Amino acid sequence: MNKTSDVFKKGKAFIPFITGGDPELDLTERLIVKMAEAGADLIEIGIPFSDPVAEGPTIQKANARALASGTTTDGIFHMLERVREQTDIPLALMTYANPVFVYGAEKFMERAARAQVCALIVPDLPLEERGELLPFCQEYGIDLIPLIAPTSQERISSIAKSASGFVYCVSSLGVTGVREDFSSSIEEMVDLVKKASKIPCAVGFGVSTPDQAKKIASFADGVIVGSAIVQIIEEHGLECIPYVKDYIRKMKKAIESLES
Amino acid sequence: MKKGRFHIFGGQYIPETLMNPVIELEKAYEYYKNNPQFIRELDLLLKDYAGRPSLLYFAEKLSRDIGGAKIYLKREDLNHTGSHKINNVLGQALLAKKMGKTRLIAETGAGQHGVATATAAALMGMECQIFMGQEDTERQALNVFRMELLGAKVHTVTSGTRTLKDAVNETMREWVSRVEDTHYVLGSVMGPHPFPTMVRDFQKIIGREIKEQILQAEGRLPHVVVACIGGGSNAIGAFYEFIHDSEVTLIGCEAAGQGLDTAKNAATMAKGTVGIFHGMKSYFCQDRDGQIAPVYSISAGLDYPGVGPEHAMLRDMGRAQYVAIRDEEAVHAFEYLSRTEGIIPAIESAHALAQAIKIAGQMSPNQIVVVNLSGRGDKDVAQIARLKGVNSHE
Repeated sequence: MNKTSDVFKKGKAFIPFITGGDPELDLTERLIVKMAEAGADLIEIGIPFSDPVAEGPTIQKANARALASGTTTDGIFHMLERVREQTDIPLALMTYANPVFVYGAEKFMERAARAQVCALIVPDLPLEERGELLPFCQEYGIDLIPLIAPTSQERISSIAKSASGFVYCVSSLGVTGVREDFSSSIEEMVDLVKKASKIPCAVGFGVSTPDQAKKIASFADGVIVGSAIVQIIEEHGLECIPYVKDYIRKMKKAIESLES
Repeated sequence: MKKGRFHIFGGQYIPETLMNPVIELEKAYEYYKNNPQFIRELDLLLKDYAGRPSLLYFAEKLSRDIGGAKIYLKREDLNHTGSHKINNVLGQALLAKKMGKTRLIAETGAGQHGVATATAAALMGMECQIFMGQEDTERQALNVFRMELLGAKVHTVTSGTRTLKDAVNETMREWVSRVEDTHYVLGSVMGPHPFPTMVRDFQKIIGREIKEQILQAEGRLPHVVVACIGGGSNAIGAFYEFIHDSEVTLIGCEAAGQGLDTAKNAATMAKGTVGIFHGMKSYFCQDRDGQIAPVYSISAGLDYPGVGPEHAMLRDMGRAQYVAIRDEEAVHAFEYLSRTEGIIPAIESAHALAQAIKIAGQMSPNQIVVVNLSGRGDKDVAQIARLKGVNSHE
């Protein structure tokens, strides 16, 4: 079985995000395989939610498109099982607390583990509420990835110490979406995590260009990109695969250039 | 019970970015709620500015016409800005000010909470931004202008179902983007801890006054207290003082819309299941995958797919009953009170009144029903006119 921590052993990780079922599940299945080929180190798949409060307009629309095409949680798990016949790329699921809770946390983790999902990201489950899902994650060997934000300050240490897999550092205040500038405090945030724990840090929210990715990779262990890829999917629809592949190659190259 | 929990309900299911702001809010609230200066300032505002205590009015003509229990109306509609919302807003705005915040943001459904927030912001010299679903800006156009008149900026929310739920989503997104100088004035007993507790504390004055006033008028407690329920702030405000008086029946009235057997309702207690949304664990109208349902009610203020966690607990304990009232029953009560008592109730409050009308007729004349008349109906007149096919030239 994949381990999340292995993702970061080969060097800086590039972690693309797409919403499962956007615009339909067959495309998501093909995209995962092609993104793996193009150099993604871990792929984050969003399970769509009707009310994605942490998302900006781009990913909100992706959630709406996915739900409009009839995407269900079971549909995502079936799709992931088909993916597993084609690639062993490490996979993370990202969704809100409600879809997991209503599906049944234990059943959810059991299905996720069967599809060899190694991590789960739940943006509305802060440290105080981790107990809602953590026991089931642990039972099925899935890392529950905590987020830290520019407002986290003194919370960073306890979050980092209780983390497994990696810590997801939110680059700036606000929701997801492409940004020009980042909070100057990201580097400090990563430092504070590193002081508390050896856990890898991946930075996301707003990253879109190779230059930004390179800069972030100079101090973080991984770069997460969502909205920029979702925009390509929105623009090109079912024909998006070559464009997404190109983008991923470009981003991966920017991150790798740093290491050589 | 764990802090911020009402049995299994409540909690703090919010993005990490909001955790420190919410913790800071809780600390400030815990400090100021016992601070004599704060209590004095708030009491003065409630008295001199909002017009408290609100009247408890014996609706004699209505009671006689129904021919059963004595019906009393708690006149929250007579508060400044025309609803109970001002109680909570003055408390939160004063608290925000003490915390050094300079900017208030809020969601609104019918516009009552938005108007109250814009009013408090004007009074306290704070910037104000209100988020309102597009469907509601259309059905409550006058309230949009009212908020603008008060100096607030009103954002029309076009995401999702374009109603109250989406206005809450958008206000949360705004808060995540700007926390330093901004306080989110949540309008109901919902959201993450400490909101359900804090908003209830600011609203419990309703029930406290009811108790005092009914003891003075009748020398005994009411048999029934009825209130409408969307998120549940006026209901918890009316109920809270009576929770330990087990002889008092507490009834919350949610929106059955076009009927419980149709998809067009907002009856969370009747049709919902336990879920996690808008920062809290509670009952929600949702599908098998946990997707929040697009709910419906004639009343923008009850058009919400969830309910406050304390109500979820009261329901499970059996301490309060929750019933669902259809649009047409509410419209009937709206017209009936207007004609019999010369009081035009908010269409939200008309849901509570409809239930009172149903039960009072089966009760004896020496029994007492108190209806929390949470708001006035001026805002609804145009919509009811449209419903009746009257062109009001709006």
